[in-house]
Amino acid sequence: MAIVESLSNAASGERFSNHAYRRIELVQRYGILAIFLLLCVTAALSSPFFLTPENLLNVVRQVSVVGLTALGMTFVILTAGIDLSVGSILALTTLAVAGLKPYGPVASLAGGLAVALACGWLNGFITTKGRIQPFIVTLGMMTALVGVGLAYSDGQPVIGVPVSLGWIGRGRLGGVPVQAILFILMALASIVILKKTRYGRHVYAVGGNVEAARLSGVAVDRVRVIAYCLSGLFAGLGGIVMAAQLNIGEANLGKGLELDAIAAVVVGGTSLAGGAGGIDGTIIGVLLIGVLNNLLNLLNIPAYTQLIVKGAIIVIAVLIHAQLSRSRGR
Amino acid sequence: MNALEVRGISKTYPGVRALDQIAFACSKGSVHALVGENGAGKSTLIKILSGAVAPDEGELLLDGQAYAPQSPSEAAAAGVSTIYQEFNLIPGLNVVENIFLGRERIEKGLLDSRSMRKEAQALLERIGAPIDVRRRVGTLSVAEQQLVEIAKSLAVSARVLIMDEPSATLSDHELTLLYNVVRKLSSEGVTIIYVSHRMDEIFDLCDTCTVMKDGRSVCTRPVAELSRDALIQLMVGRELDTRFPDKRPPGTGEIVLEVEGLRLEQRVRDITFSVRAGEVVGLAGLVGAGRTEVARAIFGLENVTAGRISLHGQRHRPQSPSQAIAAGIALVPEDRKLQGLVLGLSIRENAILPTLRSICRFGFVESRKERQQVAKVCKQLAVSASSVEVPVMTLSGGNQQKVVFGKWMAHSYSLLILDEPTRGVDVGAKTEFYRLIDEIARSGKAVLLISSELPELIGMADRIVGVRDGVVTGEAMALGATEESVLQMIAR
Repeated sequence: MAIVESLSNAASGERFSNHAYRRIELVQRYGILAIFLLLCVTAALSSPFFLTPENLLNVVRQVSVVGLTALGMTFVILTAGIDLSVGSILALTTLAVAGLKPYGPVASLAGGLAVALACGWLNGFITTKGRIQPFIVTLGMMTALVGVGLAYSDGQPVIGVPVSLGWIGRGRLGGVPVQAILFILMALASIVILKKTRYGRHVYAVGGNVEAARLSGVAVDRVRVIAYCLSGLFAGLGGIVMAAQLNIGEANLGKGLELDAIAAVVVGGTSLAGGAGGIDGTIIGVLLIGVLNNLLNLLNIPAYTQLIVKGAIIVIAVLIHAQLSRSRGR
Repeated sequence: MNALEVRGISKTYPGVRALDQIAFACSKGSVHALVGENGAGKSTLIKILSGAVAPDEGELLLDGQAYAPQSPSEAAAAGVSTIYQEFNLIPGLNVVENIFLGRERIEKGLLDSRSMRKEAQALLERIGAPIDVRRRVGTLSVAEQQLVEIAKSLAVSARVLIMDEPSATLSDHELTLLYNVVRKLSSEGVTIIYVSHRMDEIFDLCDTCTVMKDGRSVCTRPVAELSRDALIQLMVGRELDTRFPDKRPPGTGEIVLEVEGLRLEQRVRDITFSVRAGEVVGLAGLVGAGRTEVARAIFGLENVTAGRISLHGQRHRPQSPSQAIAAGIALVPEDRKLQGLVLGLSIRENAILPTLRSICRFGFVESRKERQQVAKVCKQLAVSASSVEVPVMTLSGGNQQKVVFGKWMAHSYSLLILDEPTRGVDVGAKTEFYRLIDEIARSGKAVLLISSELPELIGMADRIVGVRDGVVTGEAMALGATEESVLQMIAR
């Protein structure tokens, strides 16, 4: 690098020395991974079934819907936004997929994704043009979309999706569940978008300092709208997987999904303030929650207790993570 | 007896010795300057004095008593108040609520708003600040917010008041006000520790002076025994060549920017001036005169209600910064941390941001081109950092500002707008920026320079346009202009 010369300037307290900074970054990047591995070791020691290939694939299959949603959520949170409507978008997508069954699998798929994309775009459009906080906009959207779904389906589940789509929800490719493959491919695509494209760069800039981004010529509103579109699309993909798996469309399917997705993103180290974090963290966050669910099931812990343990462990994981970054940073 | 004595204070952070055996003393009621380049350790020392950070070694004496504050509130209770460069005010609360934050007066379980309001008004009157105490602090100008900060520290009857670069954001008129406040407080027996980059105020205002360099205290002397050059030399440890580059020959290039009768929704009422290629035009005015708004309008951030802006003779009506950038304009904004940089991102990611499009293919960043371009910019501007991957928040002020300039180096702009380009930058680095601005002008770019430092305007500009209350009040060639003559144009 042409610009070496070590800097004696980093002396004052508010600035970190490069050395200290690198340590913090290391902890932020790998701290949660360490916690995740610790959990896996605990699981392996507590149950002989945990490490069987069948069980591991099962974990990945179970997390794929939350995982897909969390990918989109990562984009939105990185721009310092939030999307509470993902569960409702997912539900509406399942209804569209089931409702379009008579027109064949392609129309069914395309229709489902179009509905999801349109909802995401609407979130972004209202947030940016109306200058309303995304929390409010997507909270309203969350409620309204459930209403749309109930009105459309008359409150009843719509049974049956095109037969060929069932493969997405229940099929396997080389032994690996198709929905897990979909999640992995989408995760890789998201990493590429965030790390390698101009759009990804702009996402971090907008989330890190929206004013500096605007003054650098970044089309701030467009970056945000696209993030909500991606969030809608990913929730829609989750909806397709779910409809294919359950063979129904239903207006209340995605209840609580937004919180699972946000938890996965935050556990993965992405800051709710925006501008810091990434997909790699989200993947670990998703898997951590998946392994935790799996472990609690393998140990036959009652369902109510599971919720308590799950909630506590999510907070503890983030707490340990924050403590590590702080104490090593000094 | 000394009001404050610092004995052998040291502080080490991982990998860097921030302070090394700092020692000095200041007498009661004196104004004691603390000077040194960025990174000399002033901020760390202030944090130790104010209880935010604990020293590794050494001791502090306050009026001869041992003083070892464990927190800023303990320091305040002992009579040591600090006004940081970044204010600790809450924008959503009003002036009274801010002044009494954490020390609210309670009467029968409820807030005693009336007495607090009266007290706040009295404090602001004492320092001659005509601010409505019911206004929300977020609606006040930077200068007004600083006055609120001073009033806030007076409210706790401070014995020692530490001011971290209080003048960095003030125009000359407000500076006079600040001087008066400082002198008044010192005559009342308050000891003031005054951190500054401006030579003028050290000599006008301060009694004694401690020079810091690379974490050490170089010397402490009465200001009267020092000359300006001697002080600069102590700070930078080398002799400075002339601060400003030689004047360029008068600009005869084509007119790049022409502003005629500009009126905006706020502040700006009637502004007319032009900038030629190869010319630096300075906009002089007090804070709030409308200078920044003019820059914002040219950059597509304000609605023009009357008048006209032309660029290369064409009507220029940008709706957004991206359109202004596409039209060939670059902006170094007023506040580098809030507007110039994404602090959590690396040098590389910041420096490339405005010109990302040019190194992308099908939306994908071509990392080889990116690295080359960033390396070139860093070399050109002599950015000092261990790698381009470190986040800009780890850099010193001068290096951060170099990155802000660097953002535009790869852009083929014809007009560069500089809003307070050397604010909070140390003396040595300032000279570098002046040389850079001169080079840019000599290469045929038009430069619009906004600055609250009159010597900077006179030293750098070809012509100076005076602005007062949103109206142009005069225009003068910089050659032959004096601070007094410029002040005549802009003072109320």
